[in-house]
Amino acid sequence: MAVANSSQYIDAYAQTFADLSEQSVAWLKQQRADALEQFTSTGFPAARDEEWRYTQISALAKTLFLPAQHSASIAVDAEWLKNYQLADAWSIVLVDGFFSAELSVLDGLPAGVVVSSLAQALAEPASAALLTDKLNQAVNFDENGFVAFNSAYFADGVWVHIPAKQVLAKPIQIVHVATQSAVAINTRTVIVADEQSEAQLIETFVGLEGAYVSVAIAEVFVGQNADVTLYKVQVESEKALHFGGTYVKQARDARFRHDNFALGGLLARSDVHTDLDQASECELNGLYLGVKRQHIDNHTRINHLKPHGISRELYKGVLDDKARGVFQGRVVVAEDAQKTDSQMNNRNLLLSNDAEADTKPQLEIYADDVKCGHGVTVGQLDEKSIFYLQSRCVDEETARNMLTFAFANEMVDKVKIKSLHDVILGQVLLRFPQEGIDKEWL
Amino acid sequence: MLSIKNLHVSVGDKPILKGINLEIKPGEIHAIMGPNGSGKSTLSHILSGKSGYTVTEGSATYQGKDLLDMPPEIRAREGVFLAFQYPVEIPGVSNVYLLKAALNSIRKHHGQSEVDAMDFLTLVKGKVRLLEMDEKFLYRAVNEGFSGGEKKRNEILQMAILEPKLCILDETDSGLDIDALKIVSEGVNSLRSPDRSFVMVTHYQRLLDYIKPDFVHVLAHGQIVKSGGPELALELEEKGYSWLEDAEASA
Ligand SMILES: Nc1ncnc2c1ncn2[C@@H]1O[C@H](COP(=O)(O)OP(=O)(O)OP(=O)(O)O)[C@@H](O)[C@H]1O
Ligand SMILES: [Mg+2]
Repeated sequence: MAVANSSQYIDAYAQTFADLSEQSVAWLKQQRADALEQFTSTGFPAARDEEWRYTQISALAKTLFLPAQHSASIAVDAEWLKNYQLADAWSIVLVDGFFSAELSVLDGLPAGVVVSSLAQALAEPASAALLTDKLNQAVNFDENGFVAFNSAYFADGVWVHIPAKQVLAKPIQIVHVATQSAVAINTRTVIVADEQSEAQLIETFVGLEGAYVSVAIAEVFVGQNADVTLYKVQVESEKALHFGGTYVKQARDARFRHDNFALGGLLARSDVHTDLDQASECELNGLYLGVKRQHIDNHTRINHLKPHGISRELYKGVLDDKARGVFQGRVVVAEDAQKTDSQMNNRNLLLSNDAEADTKPQLEIYADDVKCGHGVTVGQLDEKSIFYLQSRCVDEETARNMLTFAFANEMVDKVKIKSLHDVILGQVLLRFPQEGIDKEWL
Repeated sequence: MLSIKNLHVSVGDKPILKGINLEIKPGEIHAIMGPNGSGKSTLSHILSGKSGYTVTEGSATYQGKDLLDMPPEIRAREGVFLAFQYPVEIPGVSNVYLLKAALNSIRKHHGQSEVDAMDFLTLVKGKVRLLEMDEKFLYRAVNEGFSGGEKKRNEILQMAILEPKLCILDETDSGLDIDALKIVSEGVNSLRSPDRSFVMVTHYQRLLDYIKPDFVHVLAHGQIVKSGGPELALELEEKGYSWLEDAEASA
């Protein structure tokens, strides 16, 4: 069996790198070169790295995933896409990592709001200038091998700029569609919400049948007193690998909420990191559902850097069959971050004896006047609750389904955008036995 | 309606019910009283099908069928209802959802079609008014964050909507304030009918002032040590249980 290591990836990507490098402005060319140097020295993350201990990335070594090529948007059935693309949002669609003007719906964006292809933005001096102090600023490519890989080789992505005081009337949705197989789809997203702006954004990852790898790195800058909610709906193909990273910088008084629905992929990992400035607040929610042999990893990191920050985190996992879920949540409170108020929770529901949940909350507190708590549970359905439902005429299987659904639905119910809520609800119900669950009654 | 014969039940190696005999005819109300730990809830649970108990001897026949052989949900669909001493909180499942699921399961069991959405709401809202509850309770998760008294009232709401044949009320009166006790009792009384029977477990005569039983039984140490009419409850109120236990010990 052919085994691909990082150096084989570097060889296979040499031409791509040369082309991308040539198209890049000087500072970006330098960043790509530095990222490649980093990737050359470290390669993809290894299991010996504590942060990657639970993530088996051997699938990357079994297949050499070549760079995804720009494919005609025709490969995507617009009708099918409507299952995911919201009618009441502005949407920008990437097909196999490349901007598709045909599928995107961006009419009527308020003046000054920019939602565009990242490649196009980098090709124009005015917008490229705005990106110089953003790209690779919320995350550095020494973060991990995937960030380095992405920084060296990303071809396109999304650039969103919301000017100061702008309050968006509709959400902005970024739809990533994968149509190819045996390829790596490398995208980079940069979202900047200037001071006092308010926006809701959605990143949706959806794929056809293919066995591909999606490496999606997003950087989010939430300006002073701005309010950003970002939903991530990951429903990749069941053969796909997904390595996603969302790296956030919150300015003073900024509010950031992230709702992470990790439902698809054979192996899916999501990292969400946020840095909080003085009196900024973040809320991280997550729901991961694993069936069959899915492996779903969630890693979060909340850095309280300054005083009076508030963070709330709740991740819930439901694992059936031989699925495995991992939650690694780290909260770091810097010496300077007095009066931090932080609460982290992770709850896991195991539906089969072969399912597994690994949960690892980590608190690192260097300040002395803080309120920090965490709680984790791994358990099965409560027998008392099952009997109570049975005594109310519900058969055991339906009772189990109702309780499972109710457990997961707590996270779905937090989604206040009706159309998005319905898409997510549909996706959750698709993955779990529905017998006895009547959507109309909810 | 229900015929319990020489019923012996254990948890693990521990015998809890030690030969219960009880005959309940349609339309009758039986009160069961007795000291803490005597086995009243165990009897309620065994009749509604909770697992974890072993029947070592005896039988329970409900409407001519072997009750102990039926899964809990079939008993419920056949008309057995237990109002729990400690109702369970079910986060994420709304009251109205559970009521609809329950009602439709019963209808399906009897070969009827699903209840019409409008009829359902009319029915449910009527019962909510009967029990003087706030309609908001319908849309809250089952018992989640309900006060003790609200939980008990919610049990009776479910009972009123599902219209069971055999209603087992395990200490429904405990935790109810005086006004609530009156409202709940009126709710129960409104359900009285010639073909519906009640088993009411209680510690207090007060409840029996509102809902007059036909029979009162005293359960002690897993056995019915005395049965009588409503006057027995008054006697118990006055004398407690010790005279019965003494009599039992000397017997
Ligand atoms: N699962 C169990 N394991 C061990 N003992 C049990 C179990 N369930 C019941 N018991 C015991 O059986 C006895 C009867 O309990 P039960 O709950 O039926 O009493 P009760 O008459 O309802 O009391 P109360 O008036 O306090 O509600 C008690 O001694 C109790 O501890
Ligand atoms: Mg009891």
